[in-house]
Amino acid sequence: MGDPSPSREQLLEWYRQMYLIRRFEEVAAKAYTQRKIMGFCHLYIGQEAVAVGVSAALRATDVVVGGYRIHGQIMARGVSPRAIMAELFGKDPGVCRGVGGSMHMASQEHAFWGGYGIVGGHIPLAVGAAFKNKYLKDGGASLVYFGDGASNQGAFFEAMALAELWKLPCVFLLENNYYAMGTSIERQSAITDLARRADGVGMKHWQCGGFDVAEVYDNVAKAAEHARSGQGPVLLEVLCYRYRGHSMSDPAKYRKSGELDEKKKHDCLLLCEDHLTPHGVGEADLAKVREAVDAVVQDAYEFADAAAEADPALLYDFVLHGGTS
Amino acid sequence: MALPIAAAAPRTSLLQTREALRRAMSEEMRRDPTVFLMGEEVAYYDGAYKVSQGMLHEFGPERVIDTPIAENGFSGLAIGAAMAGLRPIVEFMTWNFSLVAFDQIINNAAKIYQMTAGAYHVPIVFRGPNGAAEALGSQHSMAFESIYAHFPGLKVVSVGTPKDAYGLLKSAIRDNDPVMFMESEMLYGMKGEVPDEEFLIPIGKADLKRDGTDCTLVTWNKQIHTCLAAAEQLEKEGISCQVLDLRTIRPLDEQALFDAVCKTHRMVVVQEGYTFAGVGAEIAARVTEACFDQLDAPILRITNKDLNQPYNPTLEKMVLPSVDRVKDAVKLVCSRGKGA
Ligand SMILES: Cc1ncc(C[n+]2csc(CCOP(=O)(O)OP(=O)(O)O)c2C)c(N)n1
Ligand SMILES: [Mg+2]
Repeated sequence: MGDPSPSREQLLEWYRQMYLIRRFEEVAAKAYTQRKIMGFCHLYIGQEAVAVGVSAALRATDVVVGGYRIHGQIMARGVSPRAIMAELFGKDPGVCRGVGGSMHMASQEHAFWGGYGIVGGHIPLAVGAAFKNKYLKDGGASLVYFGDGASNQGAFFEAMALAELWKLPCVFLLENNYYAMGTSIERQSAITDLARRADGVGMKHWQCGGFDVAEVYDNVAKAAEHARSGQGPVLLEVLCYRYRGHSMSDPAKYRKSGELDEKKKHDCLLLCEDHLTPHGVGEADLAKVREAVDAVVQDAYEFADAAAEADPALLYDFVLHGGTS
Repeated sequence: MALPIAAAAPRTSLLQTREALRRAMSEEMRRDPTVFLMGEEVAYYDGAYKVSQGMLHEFGPERVIDTPIAENGFSGLAIGAAMAGLRPIVEFMTWNFSLVAFDQIINNAAKIYQMTAGAYHVPIVFRGPNGAAEALGSQHSMAFESIYAHFPGLKVVSVGTPKDAYGLLKSAIRDNDPVMFMESEMLYGMKGEVPDEEFLIPIGKADLKRDGTDCTLVTWNKQIHTCLAAAEQLEKEGISCQVLDLRTIRPLDEQALFDAVCKTHRMVVVQEGYTFAGVGAEIAARVTEACFDQLDAPILRITNKDLNQPYNPTLEKMVLPSVDRVKDAVKLVCSRGKGA
C-alpha cells in the first residue's frame, strides 16, 4: 500500500533518482547537439517524479512498457546510466546493443519491455503481460506509460476494453503533459480530464498530480493494489509537464506565455526538497547528492563516448529467434 | 531598340521540395473548394516538416485541419468524405504511421469502387515522407511502395525532385482514385527548378533523369540521387548508365522499362524497401517476361537488406542502398555477356 509519509532515506533516494534523470537528459541534449546522439531524442525533463514514483510503487518483476519518451522510465527501473547513454550513442554496451536507440530500449532483467515508436501501439502489450499474470495466477501486474496524445488511438481503447472485460491486472498510466507535439490538450480531445476515457468500458479511473513524487508513488501503489487484487485494471491519469520541446528539433513555440515558468514553480525537485526539510535535510546535503550524480552522469557520457560501435554482426543476429530467414 | 522576348525560356523558380508540394496543394485548394488538408500538426504547427507552412493562414481551420493522433479514425473519415464528394489530402506525419490506418486504406479506399460496382469512388490523396531518414530506428524507417503497390485499386506515386513533386501531386489531387503519394524527409530541403507556369505531370509516366548506353538504373524517390551519383562515377570508369526515374510505381510505366532494356540490354533496379517481394522483383519479372531476348545479363536489385533497420548510423548505412553497392551491381551486369 502507498505510504503517505515516506522516510527520510526514501525521499533522499527519490531525490537522487529524479536529479539523475534530469542531469542525464541535460547531458544527452548536449551530446545530441554534438551529433553523438542521432535521430530522435525525446527528453523527459519535468516529468521525473512520474517515473520515479511509478518504479518505487511496483515490484521488480512487474512488467513495465513505455512509449518513446523513455530514458527516465528505464533508468528509474534500475538500468544503469552507462547502458542507456551507450544506447543513445549507438554503441555496443548499450542496453539494446546500439541497434535500438532512444526510442527502443528494453531490459529483460528489469522487466522493462521498451521502447515503442508508434504512438499507442505498445499499450496492448502491457495488457498481454497482465493476461499472463492472470493466466498463471502469479500475483504480478503490469503498467504501461503513454501520453495524452496516445489516448486518442484505437489501440488504447481496445486495450482498455479487453483489460476490463477480463479483469486483467494492468495499470494504464496516462502521462498528461498537456501537449502532443504542438497540439494542446483542448485541440486534441473534447474532454480534457482524460481519465474519463475509461468510463466507456466501466474501468476504474482517477487523476493525480505528477510533480510530487510521493503523490505519484501513493497513487500508483493504490492502482497496482487494485489491479493485483483481481478487481480489474485502472486508468491513472497523472498531470505533468515537459519542460523541453517534443524532441530536440522542436522549439516549443506553442506554449501559452508564462506557462512553463508557472509549471516550474512545482518542480519535482523543489517539492521533494520541501518534503526533506522537516527531516533536517538542508541544501548542503542535497548539493552533495547532486555532486555525486553529476559524476555518475559524466562517467556515463565518457563511457559511451569511448565504447565500441555497435557490432555489424548484430544485423543478422536478430532477424528471427530461430535464425536468419 | 527592344529585344524580342518571344523566344525567352520559360521562367522557373528554385524551390525546395516542401515548397513545391505546398505550391501544388495551395493551387489546387484555390482552384477547387472541395480540396482540404488533414493530418497531425499540419495547421498550427505548420507541418511536422513544414510542408504546409502558411496554409492555415491562407485557407483557415476549416480546410487545413489538425487531427488528434488517430490515423485509423481520420483516414477512414477522409475516405468517407471522399465518397461523399470532397477531395481530401491526408498527410501522414510519416508513412510508418499509415500502418495504423492500413485496414481503412486497403479494405475501404482500395475496394469501394469495385464493391459498389462503380456507384462510389474515392478521390483521395494520402501523402507524407517515406523511407529511412537518419538513424530513426526500426519503426520509423520503412519504405512503403511495394506494400501499397501490391493492391489493385490504389495508385502509388513516389517522387524525388521538386518539379516532379509539384506536377505529380497536382495530378494526384485531381485523380478520381486513391493515390498513395510518397515523399522523403531527406529531400524536403532539396532545391530544384520548377516552372512558374502551372503544369501537371501525368501519373504513370517514368522520366529519364540521365541518358546512357551500357546499363539502365531503374529507381525512384531519393535513390534517384544515389543512382545519379553512381552513374557519374561510373562514367569516369568508362561505363555509361542511364537513370530511369519511375515516379509512379503503380500503374507501372512498362513501355519505358521495355524501351530502356532494348537500348542498354542491362538493368539494375535500385530501391529502398526490402528485397523480398519488393517492387524490384516485380520489375525484373515483367521485363524478363516481355524482353528476355534483349537482356545480356540478369536484372539485379539493390535494395534495403531484408533486415529491420538498426539505430546505429553506421549499421543503418549497411542496410540501405549506397553508391558503392550500385556501382558494384552495374559492374557485375556489365561484365556479363561481353565477348565471353
Ligand atoms: C501512430 C503514430 N502517429 C504519429 C506519430 C508521431 N508522434 C510521435 S510522438 C507524437 C505525440 C505524442 O504525444 P503524447 O502521446 O502526448 O506523448 P508526449 O510526447 O507528450 O510524451 C506524435 C504525433 C507516431 N510516432 N506514431
Ligand atoms: Mg503529451
